[in-house]
Amino acid sequence: MKTLFNFFEKLGNSITSRVLRLGAATRLIFLIFVYSGDSFKRIHLTIREVYFTGVMSLVIIVVSAFFVGMVLGLQGYYTLQKYGSSEAIGVLVALALVRELGPVVTALLFAGRAGTAITAEIGLMKATEQLSAMEMMAVSPIARIIAPRFWAGVIAMPILASIFSMVGVLGGYVVAVPIIGVDEGAFWSQMQANVDFNFDIMSGLIKSLVFGVACTIIALFEGFDAPPTAEGVSRATTRTVVTSSLAILALDFVLTSFMISG
Amino acid sequence: MDKIKFDAWVGIFVAVGIISLLGLATKVGNLTSNDIRETYMVTANFENIGGLKPRAPIKAAGVVVGRVNSIVFDTKAYHAVVSIDIDKRYVFPKDTFANIYTAGLLGEQYIGLEAGGDTKNLEQNDRITQTQDAVVLEKLISQFLYSKASEEDK
Amino acid sequence: MSDNIISIKDLRFGYGNRELHKGINMQFPRGKVSAIMGGSGSGKTTILRLIGGQIKPTAGQVSVDGTIVHQQDREGIYRLRRKMGMLFQHGALFSDLSVFENVAFPMREHTDLPENIIKDLVLLKLNAVGLRGAAYLMPTELSGGMARRVALARAIALDPDIIMYDEPFAGLDPISMAVICDLIRTLNDALGATSIIVTHDVAETFSFADYVYFIADGVVAAEGTPKQLMTSKLPFIKQFIHGEKDGPVPFHYNAPSLNSDLGL
Repeated sequence: MKTLFNFFEKLGNSITSRVLRLGAATRLIFLIFVYSGDSFKRIHLTIREVYFTGVMSLVIIVVSAFFVGMVLGLQGYYTLQKYGSSEAIGVLVALALVRELGPVVTALLFAGRAGTAITAEIGLMKATEQLSAMEMMAVSPIARIIAPRFWAGVIAMPILASIFSMVGVLGGYVVAVPIIGVDEGAFWSQMQANVDFNFDIMSGLIKSLVFGVACTIIALFEGFDAPPTAEGVSRATTRTVVTSSLAILALDFVLTSFMISG
Repeated sequence: MDKIKFDAWVGIFVAVGIISLLGLATKVGNLTSNDIRETYMVTANFENIGGLKPRAPIKAAGVVVGRVNSIVFDTKAYHAVVSIDIDKRYVFPKDTFANIYTAGLLGEQYIGLEAGGDTKNLEQNDRITQTQDAVVLEKLISQFLYSKASEEDK
Repeated sequence: MSDNIISIKDLRFGYGNRELHKGINMQFPRGKVSAIMGGSGSGKTTILRLIGGQIKPTAGQVSVDGTIVHQQDREGIYRLRRKMGMLFQHGALFSDLSVFENVAFPMREHTDLPENIIKDLVLLKLNAVGLRGAAYLMPTELSGGMARRVALARAIALDPDIIMYDEPFAGLDPISMAVICDLIRTLNDALGATSIIVTHDVAETFSFADYVYFIADGVVAAEGTPKQLMTSKLPFIKQFIHGEKDGPVPFHYNAPSLNSDLGL
């Protein structure tokens, strides 16, 4: 009886704390929009963060994209050649990248590379009282620290996803045309005939924008909400990766089902 | 000093992003090749559309000239009303014939247009009067079996 | 206007059910160095946060320059904070900015001064704490004492009326400690500011403070000039000042008797 009661108490406790955190995260989003005006006045703060989140993620994005494209090319070829339609390899690679892998893999890598960096940085700023010090200097940390990082993430993600898709297609091309020997003309023309700008490329771009918002908010909130200790910050960093990855995959399903039905 | 470095790198980053997007649009996608932007809409009634879907291609002599916009069921006349967008560059006579074809044996379905001899051309919101329904495989098979059976009766 | 730049009246504050302050009254006279002392966890730092308006009292009030802090909206609190400078326990320097940019930060945020004037002002402030030569180092390259001096330069960047120090001596070697002591006194007198120090280092504080408040159990247990307190007969003050292990603050945390715990 007592253990059952304890179980319900724990369950209720975990639910209320989750709801409270969700509320706090929503409040943070609201505050970011309120203070965005202030931070747009000094655009160099956002530019600086685009450098740290976007430019610094470029290497991992380009290298991963190239390999993903090459693997898609190889796998696609071995399946398609059984049906005698190895020219369709370009379509397969391009559609897989533009619709799904581009936005999703970019977002997952972004969560691991830039998201954790944001969480650790903000958590550390909190632990060393930098955020408090800023408050005491009558400067809002939301305007000065949080909002520029948010907008930088939202700007960087679609750019990174576009680069990922393009480099991935090139990776597929390298495997298909010079190595396997698929006809170059067929590779590109089949691709162009079947990849629609509005339907495929734009929907991929919209996905990456949504992932950018989600990943950055999660990373910022986890940092802002982290207990101000070394252990708290390291846990928050782990939570950023886990929560972001789950959010990306769940959102991907929701967005895909909307895009296909609409 | 630092500021200039950040600005330069972010500038390069954004430029590479835009180039990639343009590459996707033109090289991978179909933004330039058969881009259908300016269109006019006409409707066509079919007794049976088979597996035709919105966004299915409209072809004339094998060339894509437009896309299916929407398919609705007319509850008064009990037939399907298909609205199609045709590229403004292509004009068709008023008595154009619209067929629903299947690409390959089991492929996707599309509408094929065959030009008639009328001197007036189709315009926005016109209706294509001459249509031929989709071939439904079950109907074909049952017709075949029926004719076989009647042959044997003789 | 009264002679007290900050006055705290019947202040109560607590987290949840635990009441930290149970009616505190303090006056901080203009131009003086006052210290708030007490054991760890007695809510000393919280008083600074209440003065800065980062948290709201459950009852009572804090007024700064005649304005009641917790009744101000965000704008009002920000206006008040521009009169204040605060030195955090470990300096709290912005780790992504250089020493120069750290000191320039409040000036860039709150003034429209041209770059060459900011440069001169920053170098003057750094000179005052003896670290002009370290202007282009990053905070990670500084020792603990130097970091705290830079943070002090940043706290006085806008010539505040009130300077608050949160544990300025924690974790410093004796030389750095003497430097900070000296700086607190000289800067206070040079700027004509009012200083409030939260600390538990008796010897250093008594060497330069004008007035000292002791808090214990959520109330002001004793107050007076260092001289008066040194001769205080109150048992708690005696224990604190002379660092005795047992006294009104017991060595043992509340527990049943040892014999019963051991089952004897």
